[in-house]
Amino acid sequence: MTSLLSIRDLTIDFRTDRQSFRALDGLSLDVAPGRTLALVGESGSGKSVTAQAILRILPRSAAITAGRILFTEPGGSGAPTDITALPADGPGMRALRGGRIAMIFQEPMTCLSPLHTIGDQVGEALRVHTGASRAEADAQTRDALERVGFPDPQRALHTYPFELSGGLRQRAMIAMALIMRPALLVADEPTTALDVTTQAQILALLGRLQAETGMSILLITHDLGVVANMAHDVAVLYRGRLVEAGTREDVLRRPGHPYLRALIKAVPRFDMAPGERLTPITPARVTIPPRAPPTPRAGPILSVEGVSKVFALRSSRAAGQAGLIRAVSDVSLAVEAGRTLGLVGESGSGKTTLSKIVMRAIAPSAGRVMFDAGTGPRDVQALAGADLFAYRRAVQFVFQDPYSSLDPRMTVGEIVAEPMKIHGVPKRERQQRARDLMAMVGLEAGGLSRYPHAFSGGQRQRIGIARALALEPRMLLLDEPVSALDVSVQAQILNLLKDLQAALGLTYLIVSHNLAVIDYMADTISVMCRGRIVEAAPKATLFRNPAHPYTRALLAAVPDPSLDHPLDFAAVSGEHSDPAAWPQPFRLAAAEAGAMREIEAGHQVRMGEAEALRAA
Amino acid sequence: MIGLVARRLVTMAASLLVISALVFLVIKLPPGDFLTNRISELRSMGEAASVAKAELLIRQYGLDRPVIEQYLIWVGLMPGPAGFSGLLQGDWGWSFEYDRPVAEVVGDALWLTLVVNLAALVFVHVVAIPIALYSATHRGTFGDALVTLLGYVGLAVPGFLLALILLFYANRWFGLSIGGLYDADFAGQPWTLDKVHSLLGHLVVPTLVIGLGGTAAMIRRMRANLLDELAKPYTVTARAKGLPPTRALLKYPFRMSLNPFFADIGNLLPHLVSGSVLVSLVLSLPTVGPLLLEALKTQDQFMAGFILMFVAVLTIVGLLISDLMLAWLDPRIRMGAR
Repeated sequence: MTSLLSIRDLTIDFRTDRQSFRALDGLSLDVAPGRTLALVGESGSGKSVTAQAILRILPRSAAITAGRILFTEPGGSGAPTDITALPADGPGMRALRGGRIAMIFQEPMTCLSPLHTIGDQVGEALRVHTGASRAEADAQTRDALERVGFPDPQRALHTYPFELSGGLRQRAMIAMALIMRPALLVADEPTTALDVTTQAQILALLGRLQAETGMSILLITHDLGVVANMAHDVAVLYRGRLVEAGTREDVLRRPGHPYLRALIKAVPRFDMAPGERLTPITPARVTIPPRAPPTPRAGPILSVEGVSKVFALRSSRAAGQAGLIRAVSDVSLAVEAGRTLGLVGESGSGKTTLSKIVMRAIAPSAGRVMFDAGTGPRDVQALAGADLFAYRRAVQFVFQDPYSSLDPRMTVGEIVAEPMKIHGVPKRERQQRARDLMAMVGLEAGGLSRYPHAFSGGQRQRIGIARALALEPRMLLLDEPVSALDVSVQAQILNLLKDLQAALGLTYLIVSHNLAVIDYMADTISVMCRGRIVEAAPKATLFRNPAHPYTRALLAAVPDPSLDHPLDFAAVSGEHSDPAAWPQPFRLAAAEAGAMREIEAGHQVRMGEAEALRAA
Repeated sequence: MIGLVARRLVTMAASLLVISALVFLVIKLPPGDFLTNRISELRSMGEAASVAKAELLIRQYGLDRPVIEQYLIWVGLMPGPAGFSGLLQGDWGWSFEYDRPVAEVVGDALWLTLVVNLAALVFVHVVAIPIALYSATHRGTFGDALVTLLGYVGLAVPGFLLALILLFYANRWFGLSIGGLYDADFAGQPWTLDKVHSLLGHLVVPTLVIGLGGTAAMIRRMRANLLDELAKPYTVTARAKGLPPTRALLKYPFRMSLNPFFADIGNLLPHLVSGSVLVSLVLSLPTVGPLLLEALKTQDQFMAGFILMFVAVLTIVGLLISDLMLAWLDPRIRMGAR
């Protein structure tokens, strides 16, 4: 059987002002008709560049300096087309691009134009390639949207991307890519930006569409869980070179290259032994100066008591209806000093809102947050003046996106020292402390005079952590601290956070949608759905013995890198976050709050009120 | 949408009232006014008859009353010596300097100003947008560097200097007469085809001079906006769909990069009146700019007040147009989402 796409000795160079950089070095691989090839590697390994080369949409600074990309129309008798020989914007290439080879991207929000309707953007490929009229295109777009699972395709034609959820946007992208029924779909990290449950649904959709149309998929990903569940064949890229290729069984069961073996060890798994550490691919050297352990105290350092937050919508459309959103409803939590509380849930579940309330960035509509800085618990919302200033010192935040959370116009030294400047630490002391902080997070002190752009994503996140530690806080709020990072770097950061906690006696509140990360980091875990906590338990029990249907759905949706635990795509229905669809005793009627009930020591689950009473 | 417009109209009226008070206050701040200055001047020359006339005018326009009353009369919220007769009633007052009603003095100048500046505005966009498109899509090439260099030169050259140079050469090479917006023979004549023709010929130099600085600035801004948008993923999506490059460029990044310009209409409209004073003086264009300058210098209060209020109205109307255009063009704003 001839390959649909065969890449031979492909070399791509980037020219910058000063030097040229080889992004891809002699890559050869084949995509067979009807199969999925997963291209695995971390950022900078050349996997996205490969995709761009196949569609000839490389950035202007990149050039194909050697090699061929041969595309053979399946079923046809025609000779293969050498994509590298076509002019990038000529009619031949344009006919292939979007017609025979289509692409979907990572960020479904930014990949769709906010100013054009879904119908316009999805049907556009059809109008361009076949000259279809707007009405014909609309009819086919409706079918395409229906195929990818839009609930109301007719209405969807006239909606704008920002009116849709992330999952629906990605479905729209898929409809757009597949409307011309391409022979090859290039999917560049198609589910990285999505929740696990949405990811499972999108993966299931891609699998179904592949079965229906017989297209091939080139799946670019860094997630070995996705690879194990989607790929027929796997190719591993490392620094622009192909280091391993073969069938999924070969590659995942018998990884040959040290990089791949290291990558597999660097991913947090649910079946890790208690106390087992992740093995980062490149371990960082960290020097944490000893600090007097905090005095032991009775009671939690932080307790959230019945906190709710209601947002009013400022939309003229919603003005007629009840324009209120309950982001957080009656949430109670507590963390002991020196421990880690994990908060897990899908986007929109209210977990980030809650962390902002704890930080006192937004005020709760009801309830209170009590923080014990060693002098007894105090209501955070009632703090003022010097007490509030001291609270700011005690609780610090680490942000999700290390790219936008560091001011590009400040040097790293200024960034790390700024909190100390605000809190009146003398200049000489600041400089010494900044050097110590850099050592604590495993960076060279020489980096203090450089700007953030000189650092990689993982290094930037270390800088963010150093900044958060500058004031010797008691507690860190970690909002998705590793979800913007490569897998290989995630392990480094997670280990760093663990080491810092052990050495400094820090308390963590970690918020994430990545269940494996939460499982690796947290001592106790609370699961949030639609602003409520539906299940809370110590780590040892929660993911081993999940009781609530929502928790189970989340867990079932996590793709496992091991081939022995394939995802059950059929179980991922999308109804898991609808309280009215939960089975008894968990079902909640509209506006019913339910009640938490303890089912084993420390393990609480939310049930319908009647059920909870009966069980009590 | 209608509710929104109605709300906006109410706040616009309120803003105008506040602005009118500020304008009047600012004009009244320097000691004295046109007429008292004139009277003391006439007294020193011993012209008793003229003094009597000036004093009559003072009473006629209520300039002997307290400032707050003068203001209310000017706006038309309080009956003056001639009953309710102010801005609200369409009476723009009397120009003491010209000894004629403000409406008469300003009349022609007002719309000539609009013609000149609109021509400049059209020129700016017609020239700047294609150049910016070229420059952004050919970033780092020789053409881009050249356009950038010319843009900086255009930004740096003062308008009045360019006006003088162009006037000289336009006259020398093309025989275009110097200054004015039409040949001197047509001054005060009714509008005939010949006069319009003469106007068009005279428009070339002012349009170029007023427009050039704006063009340079526009190219820089448009290019920067476009470069931002060209790097956005949806631009890549458009190419990946197989759209021809020009079509992809115009439909997505270009369309997005226009938003700041629509948002800027509110600033552009008042600029139409007040933006070209220096150039108008040099080219002796019969526009509002020089009139305003003169009125402010001689404290010709109704004249200055009217022109300032006119600019204020243009600003506020421009802002309304901006908002409506943005709401119409950008669904995110229309639907109140982020």
